[in-house]
Amino acid sequence: MKRLFPILSVVTALLLGYALYQALVVAPTDAQQGDVYRIIYYHVPSAWTAFLLFFINFIASVQYLAEARPSSKQAAKWIAVAVGIMGAVVAYVVPLPAGIRPSAIATTVLAIPVFYFFLGKYFPGEKLDVLAVTTAEVGVVFCTIVLITGPIWARPVWGIWWAPGDIRLTSTLVLWLIYVSYLILRRFSDSTQTQKLAAALAVFGALDVPLVYFSIWFFRTQHPQPVIGGGGSMDPRMLHVLMISWTAFLFFAFLVCWSRYRLETLRREVEQAQAHESVTGAGASGGAR
Amino acid sequence: MTEAAKPAITVTNVIKQFGRFAALRGVNAEFEIGKFYAILGDNGAGKTTLLRAFAGLAHPTQGTISILGQDPQAACREIGYMAHPSLLYDEMSGMENLRYFARLYGIAGTGQPNGDRCEQVVRSVGLDPELARPVGQYSQGMRQRMSLARAILHDPKILLLDEPFSNVDVHSAGEMVGLLRGMRDSGKTIFVVTHQAALLRGVADEFVWMQAGQIISRTADLSADFPSAGAR
Amino acid sequence: MNSLWSITLATLAKDIRLEWRSKDALNSMLFFSLLVVVIFSFSFDPLAEESRHIAGGLIWVAFLFAAVVALNQTWARELRNQVLDAYRVSPAPANALFLAKALGNFIFVSVLEALMTPLFIVFYNLRALGPAWQLIPIAILGTWALVVNGTFFAAMSIRTRSREIMLPLLLFPISIPAVIAMVAGTTSILTGEESAHFYIVLLLTYDVVFTTACLALFETILHAE
Repeated sequence: MKRLFPILSVVTALLLGYALYQALVVAPTDAQQGDVYRIIYYHVPSAWTAFLLFFINFIASVQYLAEARPSSKQAAKWIAVAVGIMGAVVAYVVPLPAGIRPSAIATTVLAIPVFYFFLGKYFPGEKLDVLAVTTAEVGVVFCTIVLITGPIWARPVWGIWWAPGDIRLTSTLVLWLIYVSYLILRRFSDSTQTQKLAAALAVFGALDVPLVYFSIWFFRTQHPQPVIGGGGSMDPRMLHVLMISWTAFLFFAFLVCWSRYRLETLRREVEQAQAHESVTGAGASGGAR
Repeated sequence: MTEAAKPAITVTNVIKQFGRFAALRGVNAEFEIGKFYAILGDNGAGKTTLLRAFAGLAHPTQGTISILGQDPQAACREIGYMAHPSLLYDEMSGMENLRYFARLYGIAGTGQPNGDRCEQVVRSVGLDPELARPVGQYSQGMRQRMSLARAILHDPKILLLDEPFSNVDVHSAGEMVGLLRGMRDSGKTIFVVTHQAALLRGVADEFVWMQAGQIISRTADLSADFPSAGAR
Repeated sequence: MNSLWSITLATLAKDIRLEWRSKDALNSMLFFSLLVVVIFSFSFDPLAEESRHIAGGLIWVAFLFAAVVALNQTWARELRNQVLDAYRVSPAPANALFLAKALGNFIFVSVLEALMTPLFIVFYNLRALGPAWQLIPIAILGTWALVVNGTFFAAMSIRTRSREIMLPLLLFPISIPAVIAMVAGTTSILTGEESAHFYIVLLLTYDVVFTTACLALFETILHAE
């Protein structure tokens, strides 16, 4: 395992470099936006990466809460499967707001039980919580990149820094706010069961996001708003570069998460060891306090 | 093993960690039904944490606690808990407090809803049920007694009292001890954490000494003030 | 189920009685609400035409701040003398405590809103061009949305340092969809430019989703010492 890390680092660095080259040199210039649009190769992959990380955090949080008791543990497994199947069916049956494809929703919803069982197998018990902290922190970083690159892109192209009615940007902002509050809760909590409090907040956050999406979506149908980032299809060459960029980002995110995960695991081990030391140390020597 | 030997509380390898600090460091013990246990030790020895763990208010980081064969939270009807803070609303009178807590325990009384049981309990701790003064204006002794009344309201089998005699005048303390002795005699299991071990001389069945998060000795009488480690 | 409601009502009755006795919190909150409206009226001094467009936002922001001050007091009495421990040790269901506190907050915040609304109408010369009765479901659902999550996060903040700031910090991001719906809904009724129907449905959905979430998770929060 230990040797894999440096190898992976080198691979990631190469991928990032390659992606940069593709983004700045190889990708064709946009007909309307010129070269400014190239920021999309950082803006969009960051967003997808952040969403993926927050998704993992949500699944890990739910599972952590469900594992508290054996009854809820079983129930949660069945619910995860049910949600996946039903959601996939609903995505194709129910008419969706314009701009959302059924396949996108179906994939997301089916990912729920898949991730649930995967995480349950490889991250049992407290490891779920370590994973939750890791993905939350790294997710916030990527989300910050999205929120910074968004306005930087918007200003020269659309003339405005921000559009409150822009669904994607505003939903991302709310997600960022929720997870920053999540991290602050973890830092400020005095409880010995901080993990449970944070997991509960993550669940609330996950429930909130679709509601944010719909509230802004309806608002903008009543009040026409500029759409930052444009809609419509993409030149296949650009899509190709986007995928390369995303791959590089995923490797990078994985690397950072792995480091953070190891760091957190070590930190907890040290804490345990210090507490354990006082069990065997002071106790054995009796009056030595 | 006869029926009577079934333990009231069983503590198995309990460790309670607060971050880097371990308040309880591997406690193993068994406590019998119908006995009066005095838990003694220095400040920071873990006495309060142990009692809170019994009450289900502190979850052990490792290990288990079994109260009459159940989880502390499942056994909550059988547990009466009294701590140094009064656990009462300062703005209500004693009887109003008790009537509310009686609702939480689903206690009904004949005649006025749960009035009888509440009155009975208030009298048994030596206070006047007619007293309309809010608890916030009680003297310390009165407050401790009312707090005890709340703890025994639902007639629990096990009483957990954390420093019930602190800042209480000698007379009131003596009366409380008598009351507790009566309860032990009627079959309840009593745990009292206190710094005033002398008050319980001749009353407590066992003195449990704690230090640095562990039980270091258990004696039947109060012969030594500071038992050395290993004097079991 | 029986004991859940009976304990909820007993707790609610106790809270109302205590609040009524000490009237301190009540009086200072009422005065605070008045101050908020007055400050807003100095900060935003629009003509009647413009006021209709922004009044919705102003009113709800004012309600939000008043609600946060009220919500921070939710558990104050239970924390003094550690009465919360007495509740935790009893067999009473955690959700009864939650519902009682949430309902109590709902009543309290509704009283504040009832006081602030006429003042807003006066200061901004407001008149609804749309169906004014629709403001009632928006007010009820919107207030519950703030209060149900607020009570939950107030309980979470008990276990943190900087308690008073943690509550709004946790509450505001989660409340965003509800705030959008409340503000847009109120504005649409005041201006009469569109139907508030969707916003009412959105608020109802929000309330159902989060009331369920709070009831499912409150016990975990309560016992997280």
